[in-house]
Amino acid sequence: MKTGAKLLIEGLQREGVETIFGYPGGVVLPIYDELYDSPLRHILVRHEQAAAHAADGYARASGRVGVCLATSGPGACNLVTGIATAYMDSIPIVAITGQVPTSLLGNDAFQESDITGITMPVTKHNYLVKKAYDIPRILQEAFYIAGTGRPGPVLIDIPKDVSTGTVETDPPRVETVSLRGYQPTYKGHQRQIDRAVELLTLAERPLIYAGGGVILSNASEELVRFAEQMMIPITTTLMGLGAVPGDHPLNLGMLGMHGTEYANYAVTECDLLIAVGVRFDDRVTGKLDTFAPHAKIIHIDIDPAEIGKNKKVDVPIVGDVRNILGELIQKLQKTGHYQTWHEKIKGWKKKHPLRYKDDGKLRPQYIIQQLSALLEEDDIIVSEVGQNQMWTAQYYCFRKPRTWITSGGLGTMGYGLPASMGVHYARPDKTVFDIAGDGSIQMNIQELGTIAQYKIPVKIAILNNQYLGMVRQWQELFYDRRYSFTELPAVDFVKIAQAYGIDGIRVESRDEVQSALKTAINTPGPFMLDFRIEREENVYPIVPPGAANNEMIGGNNS
Amino acid sequence: MKPHTLSILVENRAGVLSRVTGLFSRRGFNIESLAVGTCEEPGMSRITIVCIGDDAQIEQVMKQLNKLIDIIKVSDLTDNERVERELAMIKVNADSGTSRSEIMQIAQIFRAQIIDMGTKTLVLQITGNTEKIDALETLLRQYGVKELVRTGKIGMLRGSKTVKSGK
Repeated sequence: MKTGAKLLIEGLQREGVETIFGYPGGVVLPIYDELYDSPLRHILVRHEQAAAHAADGYARASGRVGVCLATSGPGACNLVTGIATAYMDSIPIVAITGQVPTSLLGNDAFQESDITGITMPVTKHNYLVKKAYDIPRILQEAFYIAGTGRPGPVLIDIPKDVSTGTVETDPPRVETVSLRGYQPTYKGHQRQIDRAVELLTLAERPLIYAGGGVILSNASEELVRFAEQMMIPITTTLMGLGAVPGDHPLNLGMLGMHGTEYANYAVTECDLLIAVGVRFDDRVTGKLDTFAPHAKIIHIDIDPAEIGKNKKVDVPIVGDVRNILGELIQKLQKTGHYQTWHEKIKGWKKKHPLRYKDDGKLRPQYIIQQLSALLEEDDIIVSEVGQNQMWTAQYYCFRKPRTWITSGGLGTMGYGLPASMGVHYARPDKTVFDIAGDGSIQMNIQELGTIAQYKIPVKIAILNNQYLGMVRQWQELFYDRRYSFTELPAVDFVKIAQAYGIDGIRVESRDEVQSALKTAINTPGPFMLDFRIEREENVYPIVPPGAANNEMIGGNNS
Repeated sequence: MKPHTLSILVENRAGVLSRVTGLFSRRGFNIESLAVGTCEEPGMSRITIVCIGDDAQIEQVMKQLNKLIDIIKVSDLTDNERVERELAMIKVNADSGTSRSEIMQIAQIFRAQIIDMGTKTLVLQITGNTEKIDALETLLRQYGVKELVRTGKIGMLRGSKTVKSGK
């Protein structure tokens, strides 16, 4: 005889889970009791949102499914932001929540919330389990759904009487999950691939626009090979950073709102856009009518609903990015090198490089560049959201996939610190840096408690400008410098870290940057760096909202 | 922009209807009518939804619906040879002798049935396409329609073609 809780823990182990992030509470007591002597490692966070972000960070860094666990009601509700974050970036996590006993469901019982109803719009799928017998099957399905096709979060809600309920014999387990309503397409349509080859042969100014889908399908190698074979320049989205080495000669860096000028010019002038694992997000396209206005578009994505959603495309190819790139590589003959096109891009690169005022003051871009030079290529950078994220995206040279962990779609402030904990458990041998702002770090700063308790060796670099910097920047540029509720009083972050038993340094001048970063890297365990940066430094270039991508402003503040 | 009739085969599970309607509302698609019930396949239900949109919007609706795990098959019947029916019940004022006999004549012409007769009202049941029901309602309005309820449209392809499982 086995309880539902036991079946759950066994099921998690069978799925290969080693680490879960969670927070106990009333109705998950039976599950926590099973965890007590199970070999699963459970990390006790300080807020359930952090459990979801940690599971998400784990998934992004490892490519495997991350798992978080919370109690009913407030516990489950606190997961929602984390689940939505994972949903927007297609990250595979399984969130397990406790629920009030089935007899009380729908009665507004203590700590009851309709979490399957609440998370319906932000999960790939979710389940309310009705009997213990169903737990193994549902768990198996959940991992399958989360990790295949276009990945995403799946939530399993388990009422207390289901986790205490028992089965006489183990329910049978299927070898492979098969769901009649879920059959992702992996192989590209031959005719469309042939049409893509045709367009590729005719193009004179082709450009690859690559995104998070390349990372998710582990297709970086194929992407680089494809680009090199054809000598096609590549621009990546925020989510695609690391898919191509940042210093690769064909790489134009990021495009879009805070993209490089040359990437945005290239998109505007290209005659063929090969969109790979992307979704034409508004932060990338700017004004849609003027995005790649002269280009035929090939769109490769595993999710058919993304094709034609925002922008009409000429050749849709639904399937796994890696498979399709592999096929394209095989079918393409090495062709012309687009000499004129490369010359043009070279000119833009020379004339409009990424730049900032290098005047000896402590500027964030400099810090990121120094960090980029100090870390190894497979060390991992996590970011919060806002200016800190954009400076990192612009100035850190990502050389490998899954070394850049950031909340792109939802733009969740407070993501970085908890996510970096998950990243550590996925890649315990790598240095993990959380690049933060003083605003976003304070959204989940309680996780210093978790980091201290488990001695998670995360290095925290706060780019502290005592503002909600990105919002302040918009107020400066678009709201007549009316800084409405964006100024934050100074906080002594080092003292906060010390209160948790974590060491730290405050850095106030440019000369101290290198040695401070080295100290953080070389000190075993967690470390906090509080960089007091130029307060009104902006992220440039910026495409104003609703403008065309080639109408960037502030690109010339050198 | 025109009405499209979508026939959706779904797993007969708790919450599936709210997954479908939730998707319509959060993506800003309007539902004109909705009908749902069990169907020929055990464990499945069929939902018929009429919604208005241009081709790109309808394509997007269908693709998003297809992503729901509990949805087995989505078909747009609109550009196919099909039969569509809707049923309505109309409670109409009929207290004087003349209006009562006029209403019964109208019912006969429309092949509507009188399924309830009270001292002051009649209840008519009519089956047909949307236009036919609209026409009857318009005619009856002069007598005073007290209540009207429609099932929402259901539809099926003509001939041997069916909307079956297998995405």
